Order: sequence, then structure tokens, then C-alpha cells
Amino acid sequence: MPRVPLSHIAHGRSGDKGSHANVAVIARTDAGFAWLRDNLTAEAVAAYFAPLGPSRMERYEAANVRALNFVLYDVLAGGASRSLRTDTQGKTLAVALLRMEIDWEESAPLPPPSVDRMAKA
Amino acid sequence: MKRVRIGNGCGFWGDNLDAPVELAAAGNLDYLTLEYLAELTMSILAVQKAKDPAAGFATDFIDVLSRLAPVLKAQPQLKIVTNAGGMNPHACARQAKQVLAAAGLADKRVAVVSGDDLLPRLDALFGAGHPLNHLDSGAPLTQIRDVVVSANAYLGARPIVEALKLGADVVVTGRVADASLTVGPAAFEFGWEFGTSALDRLAAATVAGHLIECGAQVTGGLWIGADDATRLGSVGYPIAELSADGAFTLSKPAGTGGAVNLETVSEQLLYEVADPARYFTPDVVADFTTVALAQQAPDVVRVTGGTANGLTDTYKVSVAYRDGFMSAGTLVIAGPGAAAKARRSGAILLEKLKRSGLTYAETRVEALGAGDCVPGVVGATGDPPEVVLRVAVRDPRRAAVERFTKEFAPLVTSGFPGTTGYTTGRPPVREVFAYWPALVAKSAVTPSVEVV
Repeated sequence: MPRVPLSHIAHGRSGDKGSHANVAVIARTDAGFAWLRDNLTAEAVAAYFAPLGPSRMERYEAANVRALNFVLYDVLAGGASRSLRTDTQGKTLAVALLRMEIDWEESAPLPPPSVDRMAKA
Repeated sequence: MKRVRIGNGCGFWGDNLDAPVELAAAGNLDYLTLEYLAELTMSILAVQKAKDPAAGFATDFIDVLSRLAPVLKAQPQLKIVTNAGGMNPHACARQAKQVLAAAGLADKRVAVVSGDDLLPRLDALFGAGHPLNHLDSGAPLTQIRDVVVSANAYLGARPIVEALKLGADVVVTGRVADASLTVGPAAFEFGWEFGTSALDRLAAATVAGHLIECGAQVTGGLWIGADDATRLGSVGYPIAELSADGAFTLSKPAGTGGAVNLETVSEQLLYEVADPARYFTPDVVADFTTVALAQQAPDVVRVTGGTANGLTDTYKVSVAYRDGFMSAGTLVIAGPGAAAKARRSGAILLEKLKRSGLTYAETRVEALGAGDCVPGVVGATGDPPEVVLRVAVRDPRRAAVERFTKEFAPLVTSGFPGTTGYTTGRPPVREVFAYWPALVAKSAVTPSVEVV
């Protein structure tokens, strides 16, 4: 089965809630959303971000926009006010998660995400 | 059918200074909102006010207002709603009034919304049984009472409506929930009552406010699909045009860069959201999972749905307290094995300090360019030609942090080859203000509205 980055089927955005962060992952198609629902579990995302030491992980659904929203507790090392990290607000967590390699065998190929277009330009 | 056009020209203090003027000039707006306050901003403003009783608000707003004067003359109906008041909304409103008068707009009515500042009342609140426990840990605020620098309740849209009822052309608030800057004008124009009768409409307007509160973040900024064709250099700021049932279109001024599409809007819909079915504001608990998006025209998205999921009897309170000092400095390390050399350089720096008897409450070494922005999650691909070494420390002792800032320069001569970038001198030391979220009963807070 072909391995593709999660960004092939989804886009997203992340931000901070104090020392917690949220990462929204939004499918580009209905088939992509079905895959996210079945495979992008709270456990899978917690494992992916394990080096940041999340104390807890919540997964919410917003099917109206084909999205899953993850809340990663205590991953910002103190948050915007006192974290020593460069990314105190978790702004880069979404693009980090969208690099996750997944198995994807949808017959109809998706248009390439435009981040790839920029990379080739 | 009546519609209200609300544009947001500022998403945070530090946002583009021309955006409010360009948006107001081209947006055909009824209301211009300007959002200046982040969690950390209030503590900085509190410290400024402690030094100077006339300070403590977002001074950018005064500059923006003076440059808006020609637009306000050309569009006499245009009203401004802003939380630029920060820790000192009265001083901000007085300066706003002066700037308007100097520009020949002395007839403009400026109103102030205050009552959000709980710092002078903290001990009375404790005494009355409001412990302001930490929202996550449950610890009582009395634990850190001595080092609190600011404590503000997030007020809602209701006092903004009161200000508009008083005929205000400019409403200056302190801490108000960001979305309420939009909900206020909508509720005023459509005559929505707070409480249960118009909850779904308040929720729909909350969706609008949430979408536009970060400025260009909904019009192409941060969009995953952004590329050169998106023309982010001339990105247009967002406009929500609401109707009485709460449905609205989201757009931007014609000819501007950026994009308004299902991706930009859905990304922003979930930005900084926890449970999308329960987005808490002082006005309503909004359910974002009932929102429907449709691309109505290029760069115009129609947003319907957005329903209420109840109402709270509490205000969120944001408390900031002194928590020591921190500093972060950078150098560039180039050459083969740059990432490893950078990490080793950081370790050398901290080891030298340790030999001098200095250890810190917390330290961090990052090799930026080698995946350390999300440490351990995104690995480096290949051997980057150079990386940025960033070292940061935090400690209760200012002197210890000062000493740290002097340890960067020696690496330029005693470190690895290809070490450069020591051009900005010693990094500054800054005081840390930690964040303490809490709730307080609405009955314990009295919003106040005055015309200056």
C-alpha cells in the first residue's frame, strides 16, 4: 500500500490553550474523513507527539467540516508566557502532524497539496 | 433585509498597522473591530500602568485612530469597537477622544467599557467566597496572591450593546471575549436579547466573531494551501456580513490578496478550540459542529447554522503572576554536522555556567533547522548546511539569568568552526508572567459603561 504524508488527505491548523495545544486535522474529501475517523485515533496522535509528553489527549469530531480536533494537554512546556521553547504556542504542531506517514490506497488521486507545489517551485 | 457588515482590522497587538485603515476604506463597513489583547498582553500592560497611571493600553490603537480620521469623515456612520483599553480603558478612551477632536471629529462619542479588572477587588472576592481556583489544578489563587500582577474577567457583548445604545461611535473596552467584539454590534443592530430568547443567533454571531477575531488568519494567513498565487503580501482582512437570523457571509475587500474558501474558514473555525460542540463565551456556549459552510462566490463563504449549547453563569478570568526571569539567545552554527555541533555548543555553555556555580530552574537547547521546533517529533532530513542554536534559561534569580546572557559571545571564538551570528549583542532578560486561568460567578462582576 502506498505510503503518503497525512497532508495528502488532510490540512489543518494548531494553536495554544494556555499550556495545552489543539491540533485540527481537516480531511480534503469524504473518503479522507472516513480514514481519519477510523485511523487517526487519540492514541495514535498521542504516540506521535509522545516526545512532547502530553499528560492527556482528547479527540473531538466536527463532521460538518470533516475535521478531527485533538487537544494535547501540557505539551507546551509552560505555554506562551513561560515556555522556553521557540514554538511556545504550538503553531507548528499541525504541520508536524501532517508529516505523519500513512497507508493510503484511494484510487482517485487527490490534487497535490500546495505546500508541495511551493517545494518544487 | 437589514444586514450588518463587521470587519476586523487587527488580530493582535503587533498586527499590521495599515490593515485597519485599508479595511475601513474599502470594506463598506458598518463596524470596524480591532482586537489587541492576548493572555500575556494584559500582564505587560499591568506593569506599564503600575509605573505610569496614564499607561497600560494598546497605544497602537491611538496611532491607527488618527490615521482612520479621513475614513471616519468620509463614512460618518462607521463605528469602531476595540479592546485596546487593556488595563486602562479610561486613559485609552480619553486619548482617543483627544485624537478625534484634533482631527476635527470632536462630535464623535467615545464610550468606555470597564469592570473587568479584578485586581483591586481580589481580597474582597476571596472573602466573599470566590477563590479563583486554577481551572486545571484546582489550586486556590491565595497560594500566589502576593505575586499576582493582573486579574481580568472576560466580559461579554452586553456592555458593548449598552455603549452603542448610548450613541457611542467608538467603544473602548478592557478585557472582553474576542468574539464579543462582533456579537455586541450584531446584538445591538438586530435587537437580540441576552438570555434565552436569542441564544442561537448569539451563537451564530459568536461563530462570526471567532472567525474574524484573528484578522488575516481566516483570509489566507496560515492557510495550509497558501502559495505565491495567494498573494499574502497584500492579504485582505475579513468582513462578516450578518443578517438578523445570524447567518452571514465571510469575505474580504475586492482586489486584495489572500483567500476566503472552505479550507481557510474551516481551519480558523477550529483554531484554539477544545471541544467544538462547546465553545465557551460569556454570551453563549456555541456549538461549532452545527455550522455549515458553502462557497457562494470566489472569496465569499456563506456560513449558516451555529447553534447554542447553553449558557454559563461564570466569567473566565485570566490571572498573571510573577514567575522569575528568562532569557534566550541564538547563534548560527554552519558546516558538516551543524546540528550536533549546535547541541554540543549549547551543552558547553550550560556546563561553563555550572562550573561557575550557576544552575537554573529550567534550561533548553534547540538546534533550529534540525527539527527541534517540535523536539523529538520531526527529525532532521539529511545534514542541514547550518542551524540556529538557541539556548534559553528560566530562574527565579535575575542575576543568574543576567550571567547567562554573557556566556554567548565566548562561543564565537572558543566554540566550533562555522559559529557566527553574534550581531545583536547579549540577549535581553525578561520577567516571566505565568498564566492562571480561573472562573468567577457572573454575579460577582459588574461591567460598567460610561461616555467620556
